[in-house]
Amino acid sequence: MSDILVSEQSAPGADGSGRPSGRLLEVDDLRVEFRTRDGVAKVINGVTYHVDAGETLAVLGESGSGKSVTAQTIMGILDTPPGFVTGGQVRFHGKDMLKMSAEQRRRIRGEGIAMIFQDSLSALNPVFTVGFQIAEQFRVRRGMSRSDAKKRAIEMLDQVKIPNAKGRFSNYPHQFSGGMRQRAMIAMSLALDPEVLIADEPTTALDVTVQAQIMDLLGELQRERQMGMILITHDLGVVADVADRIAVMYAGRIVEEANVYDLYAKPAHPYTLGLLNSIPRLDEKGQELRTIKGLPPNLMNIPSGCPFNPRCPMAQPVCREKLPPLLQIGSGRASACHFAEELVNRD
Amino acid sequence: MSDPSAASLVSTPRPEQPSEAGAPVNAGLPESAQKQQKPRGLLGDAWIDLRRKPLFWISATLIVIFVLMAAFPSLFTSGDAVNGALSRSQVKPSADAWFGYDVQGRDVFARTIYGARASIMVALLSVIGTLLIGGTMGIIAGYRGGWVDALLSRIADIFFGLPFVLGSIVILTTFNGSGSDNNEWTIMGLVIMSLTVLSWPVVMRLMRSSVLATKEADYIVAARALGAGTGRIILKHLLPNCLAPLLVYGTIMVGSFIGAEATLSFLGIGLKTPVVSWGIMISEAQNYIRVSPYLLFFPAAFLVTAVLSFVMLGEAVREALDPKLR
Repeated sequence: MSDILVSEQSAPGADGSGRPSGRLLEVDDLRVEFRTRDGVAKVINGVTYHVDAGETLAVLGESGSGKSVTAQTIMGILDTPPGFVTGGQVRFHGKDMLKMSAEQRRRIRGEGIAMIFQDSLSALNPVFTVGFQIAEQFRVRRGMSRSDAKKRAIEMLDQVKIPNAKGRFSNYPHQFSGGMRQRAMIAMSLALDPEVLIADEPTTALDVTVQAQIMDLLGELQRERQMGMILITHDLGVVADVADRIAVMYAGRIVEEANVYDLYAKPAHPYTLGLLNSIPRLDEKGQELRTIKGLPPNLMNIPSGCPFNPRCPMAQPVCREKLPPLLQIGSGRASACHFAEELVNRD
Repeated sequence: MSDPSAASLVSTPRPEQPSEAGAPVNAGLPESAQKQQKPRGLLGDAWIDLRRKPLFWISATLIVIFVLMAAFPSLFTSGDAVNGALSRSQVKPSADAWFGYDVQGRDVFARTIYGARASIMVALLSVIGTLLIGGTMGIIAGYRGGWVDALLSRIADIFFGLPFVLGSIVILTTFNGSGSDNNEWTIMGLVIMSLTVLSWPVVMRLMRSSVLATKEADYIVAARALGAGTGRIILKHLLPNCLAPLLVYGTIMVGSFIGAEATLSFLGIGLKTPVVSWGIMISEAQNYIRVSPYLLFFPAAFLVTAVLSFVMLGEAVREALDPKLR
């Protein structure tokens, strides 16, 4: 019963943001920079988002917008050097993970927060069978015997709908198809019942029909287990069905956050508008595809004012001078644009 | 959809299992079937794969014979490897003495059998030492990176810069110069040490580059993301994926170390008579190669066979450890 309630509640979005605390996972004003030989790249410049139990947050943005780096920072698998966290908090059940000891963080990984990677072929160890890799977690983290762990691993493979799970247990990753490998990867991530699942572009390496199956599976598992899910993607089509809320990232900032319906109906940031307009449409067959002009900013030299201003069709002088903060506009949605109100209220 | 059909495919064999188990004739079968269903690790699968390979059985048999020869030479010959009668000097092979007699009138067959011990022990122990030192240093350097890597790599470079023959001459003349009365085992230990000390940098470089390539792999990151500790990542993820080049190099090294031991013996700084080794026999035979070629032939043939069987074993093991070649 509760899962119906939650998924329907979080769709409007207002209820979730009203609560003061008790959030499952919160990223608060996170700042990360990459110190390279050529200079310092400010990859994440104050990202704030949160995800609650039973809710799916989609993080949307083009390559280099910092969505994956945010996820890596949450997981604690950011490569240091070159990556350094320079500010902000990542709170899991209210506790700042960035201040925890390495051992405490390690314990949260897998059991508290787990992650699915983009390329499932390279994310599975080629020299061990798929079943062994799943069963290993039960043995190591739960202290199960080999045969119990095997039973649980087969159950997991069954849950992610791998046909003939029992027979597939002793296959190696290279004997699986792309879609099956991603399913196995999902089974592995969910083995220890994490409360938050971060899916970093889980369908990018798959073909379109398999993409849909994997997204359906993820959505189903998320609802069944009442997990919080962070879905990182650059594919607007993937997002619409599964996500409850969407956070759009640009140049290491959240530029807009809204529930799915509001975002698609009335985007409150010109960047989101540009993204939505660039989806190819059947009724415009034969015409040139619409794009956002220009290139994403160089993160070593982010433009002053609003980082989107050089590409923005609505840019005014104020955009070059003042950085617009992420402000609440209406219930449960926020935008970092000086002209957010005008955008939403236009017809 | 395809799922139901696949499920039915699965379910067909299932009902057969209990009926089989219930059959009184196959009382022992369920147990063995259960054993097979246990999840096997990398080594378990590799072993099952190895058992099917003729290459493995041939090389393993030969190696077992050589090891037996080294451990219990008296099983193979009753001859005397050290004392000879000059009256039998350079007598050709016959039914009595299969490999003939050498210049000093010693039984070549007995000497070849007894020579296995020194040669194989020196080679195997040096290879094990080299792999352990080089492998450990390589993993640490590759995995930790940064200043640890820089430091270990420079240390390796220093040892790499020493020419092998010169280096071992320095080490062995210092500790085993003429006039020193070290016993057989001390000399063997010194030879093993000098071989190990001068060869580990190659293994270290091999391991380091292999670890550098592997540690970037997504499954290492994924393992970390699922909460695996450093020890587990190194043992379960890095090592099995970096082992193949090391094994191949290790088996080749066995051969070259048997040869290196012979070189050192020939230079008079390695093992010395009365110790018997293939290297000593080969170097002694060189002066009589036109008169009595069999003096060179038999120890050399044993050496080549031993080297070959180690290389074949290494190849078989490498193939068995790579799931994609199964």
